[in-house]
Amino acid sequence: MDVAIQSLPLLFKGLELTLIITLGSVGIGCIIGMVAALSRLSGKRWLRLLATAYVDFFRGTPLLVQILLVYYGIPVLLQDSQEFLMNTFGMPQLIHNYAMPRLIAAVIACSINSGAYIAEIFRAGVQSIEKGQMEAARSLGMTHGQAMRYIILPQAVKRVIPPLGNEFIAMLKDTSLLSVIGIIELTKSGMLVVARTYEAFAIYITVAIFYLVITFTLSRYIDYLERRLKTGD
Amino acid sequence: MIEVKNLYKNFGKLEVLKDVNCRVALQEVVCVIGPSGSGKSTFLRCINMLEQPTSGEIWIDGVNLLDKKTNINSVRQDVGMVFQRFNLFPHKTALENITLAPMKVKNLSREDAEKTARDLLNKVGLSDKTDVYPDQLSGGQQQRVAIARALAMHPKVMLFDEPTSALDPEMVGEVLSVMKDLAREGMTMVVVTHEMGFAREVGDRVIFMDEGRLVEEGTPDQVFGSPRNDRTKLFLSKIL
Repeated sequence: MDVAIQSLPLLFKGLELTLIITLGSVGIGCIIGMVAALSRLSGKRWLRLLATAYVDFFRGTPLLVQILLVYYGIPVLLQDSQEFLMNTFGMPQLIHNYAMPRLIAAVIACSINSGAYIAEIFRAGVQSIEKGQMEAARSLGMTHGQAMRYIILPQAVKRVIPPLGNEFIAMLKDTSLLSVIGIIELTKSGMLVVARTYEAFAIYITVAIFYLVITFTLSRYIDYLERRLKTGD
Repeated sequence: MIEVKNLYKNFGKLEVLKDVNCRVALQEVVCVIGPSGSGKSTFLRCINMLEQPTSGEIWIDGVNLLDKKTNINSVRQDVGMVFQRFNLFPHKTALENITLAPMKVKNLSREDAEKTARDLLNKVGLSDKTDVYPDQLSGGQQQRVAIARALAMHPKVMLFDEPTSALDPEMVGEVLSVMKDLAREGMTMVVVTHEMGFAREVGDRVIFMDEGRLVEEGTPDQVFGSPRNDRTKLFLSKIL
């Protein structure tokens, strides 16, 4: 028990990083997701195809593989393509250090992954708005963009908040995968403490409780929001 | 005012409108009747391009809607539409429902838009409901707000797509009376309806549609009193 208490500061630091990465990733994921969702709903075929390919790829492959791909794969790809350009076209060397900062790689991988899920959340939100709303707006002379902005999106945002909260919870847990590239988030800090103290049960159960406290609080809050939004719809 | 020539509309292989031709004069009230599935709603929705016609011409006030160069958004400003299911914006109050399009589309100031909106709410008998959200209004009240919303753009034509079909019987009257006032003021109106009493009393002309064709048209007295076409006779014998 003592070990667990002594290791609390370290675990809190890990928790802090977990929260920062989750918030950052879901935040950036929202921007990517909005763009991807509007692309999927767009009239332009190539945009739809591009966005669909993105969503399919990142929802259809494990986040762990995506993390490895970004952290280890991208630098190799950069190096190879730069060497190709240098050798073939005589381009000067632009990048000297290929290694990618861990934290950047972590946020990139998680944001892109989250963006794919959020794109589907946004798309479903927009499509859940009755067709008559768009028709009424257009019949008043609004452009498609105006109808989206003033009529569809404000209504969709409300319906999107609960699933977005669930995505946040999922991402929070999934950041534990970042331990494989040496990010000292909550799970990895637990592993480090265990390596030193061998108190596997006490430490890992503490780690688990940390996650639980946050996810539980959040999911209760989402339930509350959901109930409130239902009456205010 | 409106002229429709050789209008065809297919949904995939299904021909919903077959060679529809008709004219609506300025200040005329035309009622479109017919069995469900006869294409009358589709016909109406073509007039403001909520449905893209397959072929034909639709002229409104000298502009051909099917011309690629026509800006459909500016045409729609002149063509008000009232829907069966009201389609009010649930996140906006009655007043905001009415002011939104004039402010965003016509760039009217909030002050001017609200003044018009209050006048219109007064006209449809809902001056006490300005700050109420649609879900707190009855169906009849919602439909009257929807009519006010369409009128706020000062349209040249009003299209009504079965405006009373989704209402409880006791609320039909209040909506019809607003429409009657509108007709009396000289608004050009095309009304798809099952309210034969309204068509008879208010309509200048009645169009009977069946299976995607315009089967018969004439004054209400002609169509209801002495229908020439067998299908019109059959339809009227079932509902009158």
